[in-house]
Amino acid sequence: MDALLELIWIVAKILMITVPLILTVAYFTYAERRVIGFMQARMGPNRVGIFGFSLWGLAQPFADVFKLLLKEIVLPANANRFLFFLAPILTLAPAFAAWAVIPFSDTLVLADIDAGVLYLLAMMSIGIYGIIIAGWASNSQYAFLGGLRSAAQMVSYEIAMGFALVGVLVMAGTLNLNEIVRAQSGGIFDWFWLPLFPLFIVYWISGVAETNRAPFDVAEGESEIVAGFHVEYSGAAFAVFFLAEYANMIMISCLVALFFLGGWLSPFQGMPVLGDTILAQGGIHWFLAKSAFFMFSFLWLRATFPRYRYDQIMRLGWKVLVPIAIAWVLVSAAIKLSGAVILGS
Amino acid sequence: MIFGIDITVALFYLFATLMIAAALAVISTRNPVYSALFLVLTFFTAAALWILMQVEFLGIVLVVVYVGAVMVLFLFVIMMLDMNLAPLKSGFIRYLPIGIGVALVMAGELLLVLWARGRFGAEQFPIPADRAADYSNTEAVGEWMYTQFLLPFEVAGIILLVAIVAAIALTQRRRTDALVQSPARQVRVKRDERVRLVKMKSEAPAQGDRT
Repeated sequence: MDALLELIWIVAKILMITVPLILTVAYFTYAERRVIGFMQARMGPNRVGIFGFSLWGLAQPFADVFKLLLKEIVLPANANRFLFFLAPILTLAPAFAAWAVIPFSDTLVLADIDAGVLYLLAMMSIGIYGIIIAGWASNSQYAFLGGLRSAAQMVSYEIAMGFALVGVLVMAGTLNLNEIVRAQSGGIFDWFWLPLFPLFIVYWISGVAETNRAPFDVAEGESEIVAGFHVEYSGAAFAVFFLAEYANMIMISCLVALFFLGGWLSPFQGMPVLGDTILAQGGIHWFLAKSAFFMFSFLWLRATFPRYRYDQIMRLGWKVLVPIAIAWVLVSAAIKLSGAVILGS
Repeated sequence: MIFGIDITVALFYLFATLMIAAALAVISTRNPVYSALFLVLTFFTAAALWILMQVEFLGIVLVVVYVGAVMVLFLFVIMMLDMNLAPLKSGFIRYLPIGIGVALVMAGELLLVLWARGRFGAEQFPIPADRAADYSNTEAVGEWMYTQFLLPFEVAGIILLVAIVAAIALTQRRRTDALVQSPARQVRVKRDERVRLVKMKSEAPAQGDRT
């Protein structure tokens, strides 16, 4: 009986993460359209409201969701039926499963496991399968090309990301995410962004490329291959891909905050002026604020930069980011050995 | 324990059955893409079994390396080959004797190893002691790899490096007709090298032209 109760409690905790996550995704899409609209001096969605109040279009995400759910799912001719419907699930499941190890605050974490970083890497690399399978099972040239582009890009940038993380692991000396955050305690200048600055930039750029977002969104380059691997998907199946993509964007934002900006730690920790107020204490508010900044910069990048050419993406990943990351891993080992950075001061 | 069943044991049998079924499917399905996907499932269930045996580091690394990288490239190649499935189905009887022979030799070798260790039976392989809660599998692997097994580890690293260099060298073909871009030169280009401003009189449209 106790085991059953524990199971129910775990499911409740999973829901406590996924439900806010889905809501965040919904309003992230709304924010994307409003923010980019603002940056491009137009309105963005501002009509759909509740009971006749337009409320700046705040009900728009729900209208979109219901529209997608009510649409017909079209199965292309000669498509592989089983794999066609398996692909969206294979994309969504790892994107959500990865959230299990994210520490939202000192105590708010679903699974505080030792191999947390490895688990994250594993979940991210599984996500590729949904995209490749979607591209292949759709029986469409556009989808296939998009799937191949996307998978090649994700495999390439995973290497730069992995090496950037090696620097963090060398510094923190642990694979546990909460321990990594604790290793950065002591205010804004004790966070890893300072000693690992090049890795911070490499990780952030690779993160944007890993999620196939602008300016690295050749995987869905509308001007060449219509929409990439999900051309043939409609209705709820498309919505699932969409959900996974945005969940991954939020995930990357959270990871940058965790690895380089001290996660839930306060930037003013230990400042005598603030004493023991909420500003000086670590907590989920700091984590959300840091993540929100990176989520915003996803939109900012999209509104600012034109799309990369495919060979330029590969060059940037392999010939620029990977060497920088490898070199700085050596530097970070030297910093660690020299004792210039004292953990948890 | 739920309803009198040990969850670990139940999970072990679930994953073991799945793994054997997936492994059989790898060699029995006709479609090579399905074969590759079943191989992915096999690796994944193997990783799950390892994690059940408390070697979470190796289990997750199996997923990261084999599932996340190696098999993705496999799938890539298989999907890009526009293969005709019909010839793959023929020749089953012809190659059967060789296949059975190889299978017998391999099974014999496995049995010999087990025999040399002293018969079968669970008592030959005692259950390893449970580790303390703060025991870190990852730390243990790292410690052994960089102390006791440093030499084999470095040798393996060098062999892999040689393989990488060889693989890249094999793909290097000198093509004289290929057009190559130099991004460094593209970035350094100045306006004057590309644009020439000319001073000229405005052209009047010729008689009869409509503007």
